[in-house]
Amino acid sequence: MDYMPVEPLRALQLHRLQWTVKYAYERVPLFRKRCEERGVRPEHIKTLADIKLLPFSKKTDLRDEYPMGLRGAPMDEIVRFHCSSGTTGKPICIPNTMQDIEVWKNGAMRCLTMYGIRAGDVLQVAYGYGLFTGGLGLHYGGEGLGCAVLPISGGNTERQIMLMRDLGVTAIACTPSYFLQGVDFRRDTKLRHGIFGAEPWTDEMRETIERETGIVAHDIYGLTEISGPGVAGACPHRTGLHIWEDHFYPEIIDPDTLEPLPDGEVGELVFTTISRCGTPMIRYRTRDLTRLRTEKCPCGRTMRVMDRISARSDDMLIIHGVNVFPGQIEAGLLRVPEVAPHYQIVLESTDTLDRFEIKVEVTDEAFSDDIRHMENLRKRVLDAVKSIIGLTPKISLVEPNTLPRSEGKIKRVIDNRKK
Amino acid sequence: MTINQISVFLENRPGQLANICRTLAEADISIVTLSLADTAEFGIVRMIVSDHDKAKEVLKAAGHVANMREVVAVTVPDRPGGMAEILDVLDAAKVDIEYSYAFAFHHGEKAVLVFRFDDNEKACAALAAAGHPVLDFKSVLEEAK
Ligand SMILES: [Zn+2]
Repeated sequence: MDYMPVEPLRALQLHRLQWTVKYAYERVPLFRKRCEERGVRPEHIKTLADIKLLPFSKKTDLRDEYPMGLRGAPMDEIVRFHCSSGTTGKPICIPNTMQDIEVWKNGAMRCLTMYGIRAGDVLQVAYGYGLFTGGLGLHYGGEGLGCAVLPISGGNTERQIMLMRDLGVTAIACTPSYFLQGVDFRRDTKLRHGIFGAEPWTDEMRETIERETGIVAHDIYGLTEISGPGVAGACPHRTGLHIWEDHFYPEIIDPDTLEPLPDGEVGELVFTTISRCGTPMIRYRTRDLTRLRTEKCPCGRTMRVMDRISARSDDMLIIHGVNVFPGQIEAGLLRVPEVAPHYQIVLESTDTLDRFEIKVEVTDEAFSDDIRHMENLRKRVLDAVKSIIGLTPKISLVEPNTLPRSEGKIKRVIDNRKK
Repeated sequence: MTINQISVFLENRPGQLANICRTLAEADISIVTLSLADTAEFGIVRMIVSDHDKAKEVLKAAGHVANMREVVAVTVPDRPGGMAEILDVLDAAKVDIEYSYAFAFHHGEKAVLVFRFDDNEKACAALAAAGHPVLDFKSVLEEAK
């Protein structure tokens, strides 16, 4: 499938899109209502470009229609629910059929195969198990390939390292920040692969991980609303992440005008599931910012490639009129090897320009008792951040472990500006 | 001959220096000298204490960033121009001073200069050759009593 020539692939996508639209039109009342409002009927979809006639869907739809308003398949075909809490109140709930689970597992297997993971590898799945899709997705993908899977879930770093060493683990799946926080992971283990996703990250983070631990850091992408980890993954040529677009049809839109953007332009990623029954999602807005590329990848896969997600449109801050993403600050800090990427952005209103401060924790490696050295460090951090975002924040050095953390993660942004 | 000095990063917020002193006092470590270098944004406390290894341990355990550096302590001759004499010796020996600070022992009239050089060995040799005694840790503790 991965190497299918483009023309038959587009024909397959059109066929599946038409099927999905008809399927959802007949079974999902909200989708039908929105199509009727626009005067669109399933037979209007004659080409892939006609997808732009269809209404978008959003996370709030899933919340409003909680628990199962967007369900497509009858209950006797549903085999599993996945849910995510979201940040405000009501959760979202995704009913899946057996076929949906198979498609998802297949996507994870295709990713693992692409990374060079085979039967004989020992895969430690340190993503959370349960309602969150991270753990189970990699779990079934690994088992499907014949890997020995260690379903350890998150937390307890010491036990993670002990089992990794004792069982000869060769691959770990977790968030890049979890891995970075326990960099000791590599020490006297057989670990060779890291499968990272579930949060935005950057090339600098990947370079840091690979340099400090000697493993290969692979990208994986997925989301519960569409299926789970294994919607897309990066091949060894690192041209981006190949999207398994025989099941998940991607578009890039301008998040303000909602108009489709051509391949190559950065915008919001939108997915349409074209083989899903439990919860068909049409033009689902992911809030993730990326771009699609059509250039042929040297690996020979024909599935389009997207850039790694380094930002979400939700995370975007507007500071002094400039768009800034926390990931950019992180990327800047990683250019200064002695400082850890432990930082917090603080924004406050003043009478004139808003105050923009970045607090950075000082590490043992970065500390010198020479004032000039420390001033120089502050300046290098400032220069690195400035070169990326084009603004001049105030850089404050603070003592280690003083930035407030919840569940091991620092709250990245404190925005006290008057709205 | 060098002496260990402990340096601690000081974040720019009230009560930080007091916290450090309290941490040391609770571990029964006495502070022989304390010098503070600061900017508008942060500071560095440099201390010679009765037990450096233990001080570093308790400060780290209390969440501070601390490191140990070797410094040179030299007595300033008790005569006019005494300090200039020392600086001239160092100048002639072409050693760079990263930083320095002075302190006086409680009881005596003796002043002591503490230096951090780019090359401590070379500086010590030059001072010794010019007849300026470089203090060892024991004598610093003795003098401080
Ligand atoms: Zn490729």
